[in-house]
Amino acid sequence: MSGVRQRWLGPAMFLPAVLYVVALVGVPFVLAFFYSVGDVKVGSVGYHFVGFRNFTSVLQNPTFLRALRNSFVFTVASQILVLVGANLLALVLKNAFRGRRFVRFLILLPWVAPVSIGSIGWKWILDSLYSVINWVLVRLHLVKEFSAPMWLGEPKLAMMSVILVHTWHMLPFATVIILAGWTAIPKDIPEAAAVDGAGFFRRMFQIELPMMLPIINVAVLFGVIFTFTDMTVIYILTRGGPYDTTQVLPSLAFFTGILGSDLAEGAAISIFLVPLLVAVAWLMLRSAHRAEVV
Amino acid sequence: MAVVQTRGLTKLFAKGQVGAVVDVDLESREGEFLVLLGPSGSGKTTLLRMIAGLEEPTSGEIWIGGVLVNDLTPRQRRIAMVFQSYALYPHLTVLGNIEFPLKARRMPKEERRRKAQWAADLLGIGRLLGRKPRELSGGERQRVALARAIVREPSLFLLDEPLSNLDAKLRASAREELEQFQKKIGTTTIYVTHDQVEAMAMGDRVVVMNQGAVRQIGTPADVYDEPQDTFVAAFLGSPPMNLLEAAGVIVGFRPEHFHPSAALPADEPVLKLAFRAKHEEYLGAERILYGVLEGGPFDGEKAVARMSSTLAARFAPDVVHDFAVAKKDLKFFDREKETRTEPRALA
Repeated sequence: MSGVRQRWLGPAMFLPAVLYVVALVGVPFVLAFFYSVGDVKVGSVGYHFVGFRNFTSVLQNPTFLRALRNSFVFTVASQILVLVGANLLALVLKNAFRGRRFVRFLILLPWVAPVSIGSIGWKWILDSLYSVINWVLVRLHLVKEFSAPMWLGEPKLAMMSVILVHTWHMLPFATVIILAGWTAIPKDIPEAAAVDGAGFFRRMFQIELPMMLPIINVAVLFGVIFTFTDMTVIYILTRGGPYDTTQVLPSLAFFTGILGSDLAEGAAISIFLVPLLVAVAWLMLRSAHRAEVV
Repeated sequence: MAVVQTRGLTKLFAKGQVGAVVDVDLESREGEFLVLLGPSGSGKTTLLRMIAGLEEPTSGEIWIGGVLVNDLTPRQRRIAMVFQSYALYPHLTVLGNIEFPLKARRMPKEERRRKAQWAADLLGIGRLLGRKPRELSGGERQRVALARAIVREPSLFLLDEPLSNLDAKLRASAREELEQFQKKIGTTTIYVTHDQVEAMAMGDRVVVMNQGAVRQIGTPADVYDEPQDTFVAAFLGSPPMNLLEAAGVIVGFRPEHFHPSAALPADEPVLKLAFRAKHEEYLGAERILYGVLEGGPFDGEKAVARMSSTLAARFAPDVVHDFAVAKKDLKFFDREKETRTEPRALA
């Protein structure tokens, strides 16, 4: 192969990916920055630089502050549930048993199915009139027919519901990552720990989990970023309601910027978390790098 | 009281029989270095893992220190094991690794430190305590694994091919060190290897295994000089024992007992054999001569002779030479059962 071809082949193969990222991620991202310090509305023709006015404005908006808090609650709670759940599932699935492949397939299903379809299913499951959960609870005489819980209509229950549905959606991915981490631990090491006198919990918490830390970090990193930036489950289940109690930053940005036509303020809301997410990503990549599995 | 005893110990695997163990009765003696020797797939590691409690026997009993341990977890058996890969905990320092078994026993921190320091000093790795396993050489890792094993002063030591990951040069010195070390601490040790040199050099007794069964147990001299069957005879020694068939019996003799006739004392009763030399390997200290026997009861069978390089005689290829074996060095095996039988007169 000639020198020139060798020199240009790599970059040429790489180019479509770069173009794709620049066009679909880079441009909107720069545009959002640009909008967030301007006065753009849907349909407006000019652009005036307004500095941080949009940011000070959203910071004074109680809905924004509430959405900010909700974003943290939503993310932290769902990630804790995902982590615990994924570890438990991985623990069960790493051992061979009859039908393991089928169970693995079932668990992966929520990740493979489009989240909107899954969420619509959940919307029916949690519906105020047709909820199958309530139907079961009523038949079991655990609740009365006319005072059944409104899963999506009461602030606390609504938050709980969106967290659980989001957890359901995120669980398979984390499980697969953690399962991969677990199978990467040489069999000798937990065996050595067993002979050394460590019981199940000591093996798990002092040997296996610390060895998997870099991989768990990856799972958490992805989980946090997907959750902070995602609004599908909330948009379909509650649209941020009731009374903005499940409103998170991405959904608020969408409602303000697209449905409410205030592009500039929407942009300010949507990039508000960028510094935080960058910091999270940096921290986790660093710790993953430091704790490399031998 | 035997430290370890197995009675009719059997492990069968569903898929094929590689690594299976069949009806093994074994008894270790206090403080001895017992070597399990066999080719790969002979079940020696499976046997060790059953003693450690990492593998559940299909049937049979395991006794450690007079206690039936079949239903005890590895943790309850209170033994120490060194794995072939060393299985060091990669996220812990050397100190953390050595302390781990003590931590598992909830020993107070002070005492733990002291013990770990003692074990580390015993193995000469005191200066490595702050390092992570990935920063150590192969030999250092092996020492850490040993330190981790001895730190809680177990009544039984299990070692699974601990030298096989070291390069050849280091292996010889590590072997010597390990042997001295075992003598010093005096802990009953069961050592698995497929390397007969290791087995002969280190073992107080050697257990030769093949296809899951124990073929012979004895001192290195026993198993080498008085093999109980043709497997043991052929497995030990390099090159292995010459096994020749004649008149319904298998006759065996070691290559080093197969001499030019002139080299044997005149009054020694011998079996004379005409040996057509084929080719010679010069190995420095010794020479290996390959050839074919001619005439007599073993006509056409291949044989190997092993001589010291100091022997001046030269053996031209494709020439028949007069060779002989002292009658006392001939071993006889039953042709059907392949086990040792009484000497008998050859035609």
